[in-house]
Amino acid sequence: MVLVLAIGDLHIPHRAPDLPPKFKSMLVPGKIQHIICTGNLCIKEVHDYFKTLCPDLHITRGEYDEDSRYPENKTLTIGQFKLGTIGQFKLGICHGHQVIPWGDLDSLAMVQRQLDVDILVTGHTHQFKAYKHEGGVVINPGSATGAYSSFTYDVNPSFVLMDIDGLRVVVYVYELIDGEVKVDKIDFKKTATAPSAH
Amino acid sequence: MLLIGAEDEEKWLAEGIAGIQHNAFYLHRALDSNNLRDALKYSAQMLSELRTSKLSPQKYYELYMRAFDELRILEMFFKDESKHGVSVVDLYELVQHAGNILPRLYLLCTVGSVYIKSKEAPAKELLQDLVEMCHGVQHPIRGLFLRSYLAQISRDKLLDIGSDYEGDAETVMDAVEFILENFTEMNKLWVRMQLEGPGRVREKREKERSALQELVGKNLHVLSQIEGVDLEIYKETVLPRVLEQVVNCKDDLSQYYLMDCIIQVFPDEYHLQTLEMLLAAFPQVQPTVDIKTVLSRLMDRLSKYAASSADVLTEFLQVEAFTKLSNAIEKVIKMQVDMPAVGAITLYVSLLTFTLRVHPDRLDYVDQVLGACVKKLSSIPKLEDRWATKQLVALLSAPLEKYNDTVTALTLSNYPRVMDHLDNGTNKVMAMVIIESIMKNNTCISTADKVEVLFELIKGLIKDLDGATDELDEEDFKDEQNSVAKLIHMLYNNEPEEMLKIICIVWKHIMAGGPKRLPFTVPSLVFSALRLVRQMQGQEGDIVGEEVPATPKKIFQLLSQMIEALSAVPSPELALRLYLQCAKAANGCDLEYVAYEFFTQVFVLYEEEIANSKAQVTAIHLIIGALQRMNVFNVENRDTLTHKTTGYSARLLKKPDQCRAVYACSHLFWVDGQDGIRDGERVLLCLKRALRIANAAQQMASIARDSSGPLTLFVEILNKYLYYFEKGNKQITAAAIQHLIELINTEMQSDSATSDAFLASTLRYIQFQKQRGGVMGAKFESIKL
Repeated sequence: MVLVLAIGDLHIPHRAPDLPPKFKSMLVPGKIQHIICTGNLCIKEVHDYFKTLCPDLHITRGEYDEDSRYPENKTLTIGQFKLGTIGQFKLGICHGHQVIPWGDLDSLAMVQRQLDVDILVTGHTHQFKAYKHEGGVVINPGSATGAYSSFTYDVNPSFVLMDIDGLRVVVYVYELIDGEVKVDKIDFKKTATAPSAH
Repeated sequence: MLLIGAEDEEKWLAEGIAGIQHNAFYLHRALDSNNLRDALKYSAQMLSELRTSKLSPQKYYELYMRAFDELRILEMFFKDESKHGVSVVDLYELVQHAGNILPRLYLLCTVGSVYIKSKEAPAKELLQDLVEMCHGVQHPIRGLFLRSYLAQISRDKLLDIGSDYEGDAETVMDAVEFILENFTEMNKLWVRMQLEGPGRVREKREKERSALQELVGKNLHVLSQIEGVDLEIYKETVLPRVLEQVVNCKDDLSQYYLMDCIIQVFPDEYHLQTLEMLLAAFPQVQPTVDIKTVLSRLMDRLSKYAASSADVLTEFLQVEAFTKLSNAIEKVIKMQVDMPAVGAITLYVSLLTFTLRVHPDRLDYVDQVLGACVKKLSSIPKLEDRWATKQLVALLSAPLEKYNDTVTALTLSNYPRVMDHLDNGTNKVMAMVIIESIMKNNTCISTADKVEVLFELIKGLIKDLDGATDELDEEDFKDEQNSVAKLIHMLYNNEPEEMLKIICIVWKHIMAGGPKRLPFTVPSLVFSALRLVRQMQGQEGDIVGEEVPATPKKIFQLLSQMIEALSAVPSPELALRLYLQCAKAANGCDLEYVAYEFFTQVFVLYEEEIANSKAQVTAIHLIIGALQRMNVFNVENRDTLTHKTTGYSARLLKKPDQCRAVYACSHLFWVDGQDGIRDGERVLLCLKRALRIANAAQQMASIARDSSGPLTLFVEILNKYLYYFEKGNKQITAAAIQHLIELINTEMQSDSATSDAFLASTLRYIQFQKQRGGVMGAKFESIKL
């Protein structure tokens, strides 16, 4: 069981002062194995905070990030080979402002094919999305602070926790709606050739 | 008492102890054989050792304790009349025959103790007798110990007399009188020690005196323990007499110790009820006494007392504790002209702590304390003392900690005036404390007035203060500015009118921040304003305001100003992004001209300020992405902007970047949705152009670097073809797709394929679509692989 936190678009301090307190109390160091961050933190303080939650931190560059050295996209592999089965998930990260049209599934699918990953984690729109297409799964964890977005008027703070176990990934999405944290979950399973959703 | 050397003292002490032991031996023998006469003789001899002048107080104490132990044994002997056959009355007479006064008085006290307990004579008379006779010993150390002995042996009896069981009002007063008399004399002796002896070092003397302070203080202890000493007696007799002695003795050490002792020993309830009398003594002490410490302690005690129950609180109001303490402090400060600033400030800190605990709802009191501090600070030159500065920070932090709602602190009119007296560095520290308090408590500052006050308070962070020679650490500076940026999000009002006022005030303040600060602060304010625009969109109709009607247009004008200031820093990339945000927001408000104007600014920045090629790539994608979603432009305007965009895309420095930007531009001609533009031809034109660029890149790479490199570009473009094919762009034919696939395959064979996986998954996708059946399947059927 590998826990991967997917989070991004905090826009601290330009659009929000801090993570919602209820989220902060849930994110405890030592429980998460990897953090995937889609970008737009925007300052070092947030980077350092994530580092305290988990040392294995992967960030891609958002257009407002203070640190310009983050890569445009990144891939990482999770899991090990088991006898006879492919027990690995390849994850790709990309902020998404580079992919036109913004938030378009088909265009994102192309990126997924290009990076050759099972799961593509992307942001920019501040809207939580998790959908499966022929080539794999695209997950958008939304904005962890519910930051202003020109995309949508209705932004609830959200982030995603993925539980990767062998060929199966359970996606938990945490949303802050009217002051309460609501959790939802979606199952994805990877077959030998392509993943399918349950 | 000449202390020539420690060794000598040890020797004398040893001699004294030996003397006592020697006589004690014979004393015991006499007691065993019930020989009263001998007992008296040897005990007198033993006590003569206490007549020494050679010992320091600590050493004398050791000697005294030896004698004391022996006297206890003697007392038991005296008590048992059967042993010696003499009545206590006669005994009392007998011991007065001892030769020297000191032994005589010790023996008298010892017999006196027995006498009092026997009740054969009124306690009052005996006690009076004894306490007066002790006048005979005027030597400070010997006298102190003698009287201490008297106090010790009479203690039980005094408590009995003073208790409800045995006493009536008169006898309680007798006990009180006795103790007060003894106390007064002991204090006089103690004070006299300061003046005794030639060639003494003052510090040494004070140290020796300090060792004895508890002998004097014990009297007050006993007074506090007598049950019959109620508030009445304390107020009418005890306190006035004690204070009289304290003030009149004019001795630093004594005054400090005794004032403190009174406060520690007697109950807080009493202090509250005698506050005026007690406080009147404070300014009357010697100017060199550190009385402010005692005063602070008094206030601390009273604060804790106030917290103990609600009834107590009403008492505080009744006796007007605050006013009295406040006045006392002023008097003390006035009287002690040499008191350094830090002393006065410490007093104000104590008073403030008191006020916050006892009268937290009385903001006028809190303000008053701050005001008094300001007055004091105004009379002295700029504060240099680090300790004083620390105390000022404590003073200013106290209301913040007490009132979770930082806004309350903002209403204190003297608060900013105190801050003005801080040096620049501390001012900034304090400003950060204020901001942290707001963030921690999640306080929302919701009126323009309060925002104005707040920004006045934190002005040290907002702009360079006069005389600021800032060699500030870069990290610290960033932290400061980011804090201000975060703070801006805590300023909010639901009413658009008020919110706009707030934004204007914040802008007024931060625009003075200079180029170093604007990149940190402007973005926050811009998004705050954009949120307001969005809020106003949700509301119907125009809002009719008094001076500044809050309309989106007005806000966009303001936004324009802000971002212009930012780009002048220069901070073109950030400014470009913000202009785009405004354009998108204007789109949402249906303000075509405003949106167009913003796009104009975007392009001006792109053309003139953004030279870095990597920055250009990102910028152009942001422009394409934004423009693609705009629906407010008429055909002409949109065309102009699109044309500009595609032009810049094709002129990016590196070929791969050009290629990607150009095929991204294809989306400008195809927008999903009802009114979306769908120009299939121009889409195809873009894709073909992208292909040409990819080809050129291919050739350049094979010549210059002998690698395949941009093969992925072809696959990307292929994917775009598929995209439009799916969407139903008639200009994209299956044949074209097939042709492109063949092209890629050919290229791939002639070189080690790096895009193998990408192409493979693309082809897989085509297969998948074929197998779906239905309309899509039929469409894809025509693509032959």
